[in-house]
Amino acid sequence: MKTFKIGGVHPSENKLSATSPIRRSGLPKQAVFSLYQHIGAPAKPVVAKGDTVKVGTVLAEADGFVSVPVHSSVSGRVSKIDAVVDASGYRRPAIFVDVEGDEWEESIDRSDAVVPLAGRPDLTAESIVAKIREAGIVGMGGATFPCHVKLTPPKGTKAECVVINAVECEPYLTADHRLMLEKPEEILIGTSLIMKAVGVDRGYIGIERNKPDAIALLQEKAKAYPHIEIVPLQVKYPQGGEKQLIAAVTGREVPAPPALPIHVGVIVQNVGTTFAIYEAVMKNKPLFERVITVTGKNLQTPSNLLARIGTPMSQLIEECGGLPDDTGKVIGGGPMMGKALQHLDVPVCKGSSGLLLLSERESRRTAPQPCIRCAKCVSACPMGLEPYLLATASSLRKWDVAEENGITSCIECGSCQFTCPSFRPILDNVRMGKTTVMALIRARNTK
Amino acid sequence: MNVILIAVGILGAVGLISSVVLYVVSKKFTVVEDERIGRVAEVLPQANCGGCGFPGCSGFAAACVKAADAGSLDGKLCPVGGQAVMEKVAGILGLAVTESTPKVAVVRCNGTCANRPRVVEYDGVRSCRVQLLSGTGETACAFGCLGGGDCVAACQFGALSINAETGLPQVNEDLCTACGACVKTCPRKVIELRPKGPKNRRMVVMCVNRDKGAVANKICKASCIGCGKCVKTCPFEAITLNNNLAYIDPEKCKLCRKCEEACPKGAIHALNFPPRKPKTEAVTAPDSGTASAVKTEV
Amino acid sequence: MAKKLIVSLSPHVHSRDSVQKNMYGVCIALIPALLVSLYFFGVGAAVVLAASVISCVFFEWAIARFILRRESLTITDGSAVLTGLLLGFNLPSNLPVWIIVIGALVAIGVGKMTFGGLGCNPFNPALVGRVFLLISFPVQMTTWPLPGQTTAYLDAETGATPLSLMKMAIKNNDASVLQQMPDAIDLLVGQTGGCLGEVSALALLIGLAYMLARKIVTWHIPVSILLTVFVLSGLLHLSNPVYASPVTVLLTGGLMLGACFMATDYVTSPMTPKGQIIYGVCIGFLTVVIRTFGAYPEGMSFAILIMNAFTPLINTYCKPKRFGEVAKK
Repeated sequence: MKTFKIGGVHPSENKLSATSPIRRSGLPKQAVFSLYQHIGAPAKPVVAKGDTVKVGTVLAEADGFVSVPVHSSVSGRVSKIDAVVDASGYRRPAIFVDVEGDEWEESIDRSDAVVPLAGRPDLTAESIVAKIREAGIVGMGGATFPCHVKLTPPKGTKAECVVINAVECEPYLTADHRLMLEKPEEILIGTSLIMKAVGVDRGYIGIERNKPDAIALLQEKAKAYPHIEIVPLQVKYPQGGEKQLIAAVTGREVPAPPALPIHVGVIVQNVGTTFAIYEAVMKNKPLFERVITVTGKNLQTPSNLLARIGTPMSQLIEECGGLPDDTGKVIGGGPMMGKALQHLDVPVCKGSSGLLLLSERESRRTAPQPCIRCAKCVSACPMGLEPYLLATASSLRKWDVAEENGITSCIECGSCQFTCPSFRPILDNVRMGKTTVMALIRARNTK
Repeated sequence: MNVILIAVGILGAVGLISSVVLYVVSKKFTVVEDERIGRVAEVLPQANCGGCGFPGCSGFAAACVKAADAGSLDGKLCPVGGQAVMEKVAGILGLAVTESTPKVAVVRCNGTCANRPRVVEYDGVRSCRVQLLSGTGETACAFGCLGGGDCVAACQFGALSINAETGLPQVNEDLCTACGACVKTCPRKVIELRPKGPKNRRMVVMCVNRDKGAVANKICKASCIGCGKCVKTCPFEAITLNNNLAYIDPEKCKLCRKCEEACPKGAIHALNFPPRKPKTEAVTAPDSGTASAVKTEV
Repeated sequence: MAKKLIVSLSPHVHSRDSVQKNMYGVCIALIPALLVSLYFFGVGAAVVLAASVISCVFFEWAIARFILRRESLTITDGSAVLTGLLLGFNLPSNLPVWIIVIGALVAIGVGKMTFGGLGCNPFNPALVGRVFLLISFPVQMTTWPLPGQTTAYLDAETGATPLSLMKMAIKNNDASVLQQMPDAIDLLVGQTGGCLGEVSALALLIGLAYMLARKIVTWHIPVSILLTVFVLSGLLHLSNPVYASPVTVLLTGGLMLGACFMATDYVTSPMTPKGQIIYGVCIGFLTVVIRTFGAYPEGMSFAILIMNAFTPLINTYCKPKRFGEVAKK
């Protein structure tokens, strides 16, 4: 069974919602569209207060190449353009739409019929990438990097294969798992579209073997797609990390930053993104809804919801049985890399893969003890770094030591802090050091 | 006898060779250091704080000598030793010293536990830089002090401490040397070096929030809402309003205290003024130390 | 407003592994060896171990409480218990209590707390205590009771240990001395003289297997030590039969205890697999050198302490293999 070689941990999986089918969440009363739903330049609003919009109407357009447009997920009236505290914890500009009815743009194909690749002979690589860009698709695993940028390899690089990330190594999350079970055909067509867009004839879908039903189903369906191989992977966190997945599936190692996966000839896309690409290209449907896992040990019905972007998280929680009394922490994303939300009205974004409620007891950290130099963080680090050293260097502000020891390679997966028997806040410090060192490097380069 | 001669001979030869080597090396590799550098370094405080912008006191001394050779000591200031030390340095280098205003660190945030409600509970490393990564911190203010104490850790003179009651850092003005380490460290740029002012008295806008008035007002009871009343009140045009935030130019401010009265949120503080006669009970000495301890009642 | 949400940076879950679990895990791994020592040395072993553990815990508590004036006490983390056990294992079973108490004071006071407590000590505290006693009380520390005297303590009958026989063979250049050695089975079980915890290689290996299974330690250090000793002593044995056979060398003295439990101490061993192998090989080498050519019959403690001193250096130069690192040409 394939996996990546260096480091890794195995947190309790807690896939509570693995058996609950995807269901549609209700329409919100007011939808809030942050303009910062992707990495890169924020989108520029093209609507004004009082404008009427439909589902799929462009609210804000891309500002530059590394940027994507934002579409309305609801029909109604723009009530204001203001700021909202989003998942980042900061107040950011957003467009507020008061919902009236549910009227879709006519251009969107709302039928359930699966459109095969053969049904659209007019598609070219350029037209697919252009469509993806228009639809505002970003990496939906949580990184929210604009998808069309990834599909436009920089000069001097050539894609050799496409790897679809269906690992879902984060505990609790099951959105990708359910999507694979319910839309296998669409995902395979989406994969073919990506392969066509970058002109390669090899595609892999990497799935951890804790999802045997998804592996079996996709393997069955993939018989009709000879260029796509389903790769079952050993269960190990952080296999869903781009670099780890490439190492696991192809055996290639992406060199340290600033090298990108494309430098070893690989393009990675999340399985949710792949589905969104299918819908955008074949159904002409922009990215305005996504599957999100709402889960937690105390939540009444952990579910996978197909939620409109902009829906407040509080509504999703209500639809899953309401907020448990002893909730201590609400996490946007999974427990290993997700971000703790500051309030419950944070809107669903393009990158929201999960919503995890932890009880008060689960939320609190244990008081740290002195480092006993057990080296468990060193053996857990999937990037082959020395987290104990980086954390100490960062907290002592020895930025040069941190940089020499490769702090910029850290992928912030949290394996070190997860495994530390002394409960030390290793990643807190490493992350702070990494941010500072990156800023120092940028300052040095611009000089 | 022979043995003795051999021993003497060998030792003598070794001595001779070594002395030649030493002589050659000492001639060839001499580093001529300006003796003035040492003399300047002697009068410096030897705190090696880097506040002057040079690597330690000897680095600063070397820079001073270099600058003196070029003609003037303009722009060179040891913030720790201040004017007195710079006069000594100028004396050694045979120059007249340029005047510089003594400065002090001011924490421009009054978001105390009472003024600024905590909206979430932060659980993690108590460091501003770390807290910054989790969002706005425990309060909803994205600009003000995080209370993580990075400045306290950065201060080499023990002039900063976190006030347990307010949750904010306070400056011990007697110990502050205006080296600027805290200013560099503060990720939110809350701390500013301001001229000490006549008799240590200063007018300061104790807020750095640039949110719109309505938002800022909701976040914190003591925030500047950018209403501009102080700008209109000021007879000396010392106050400017930028991005919903007022700023008092210390050069122009004449300490008339009109703005303090005009501010509807009490965001403008008069520091180290004697208490106003009718309304105060306890007399706070102007030099009693901490900035927040000498807030006067209005 | 309702209850405030807690905010912190990811990860939001923890493996629930802890220092306590690791420390008590090592203690559990020592139980087979403990039972063997009780079986062979009876009352003596019990008294020595009890005195060692109790005084180590006491000194840790007293120093933290009254000298360092720490608010939170660390005696519950199990490290003092472990130090006590290991120190006891390294002592002869007829050692008077007062010597043990001095050893414990040195181990905890000098070896550990002077550096700031758990995690900060450069040398293995139990070995610091043991070596201090070995140098201060050479006679008491090097007369070992014969096994099987379950009711004797201070009055136990003493005799030559395999290690001293090996030394004698080398000294007299007479391989026939080695005939008096107990056979390998006895050495494996522990039917031999020596420090109370080190006699049974088998029991110690069971403990090591337990620690490996629970992932408390990795294989790198013990395996590299044992392999190095085996190869080196094998070469010596082939060159001249006065040097004992490699199997005997592996099974005698503190080698097994040292390789499995002392050298693998978290705090004082290197952090990277590569570093751990270098560390292990050097310990093995030094042990054989001291045993064969040195003044003391046993070299394990010294070898570990010497390599402890090199651990920071090894950590500086042995970096783990970075992800995506291209092999240097």
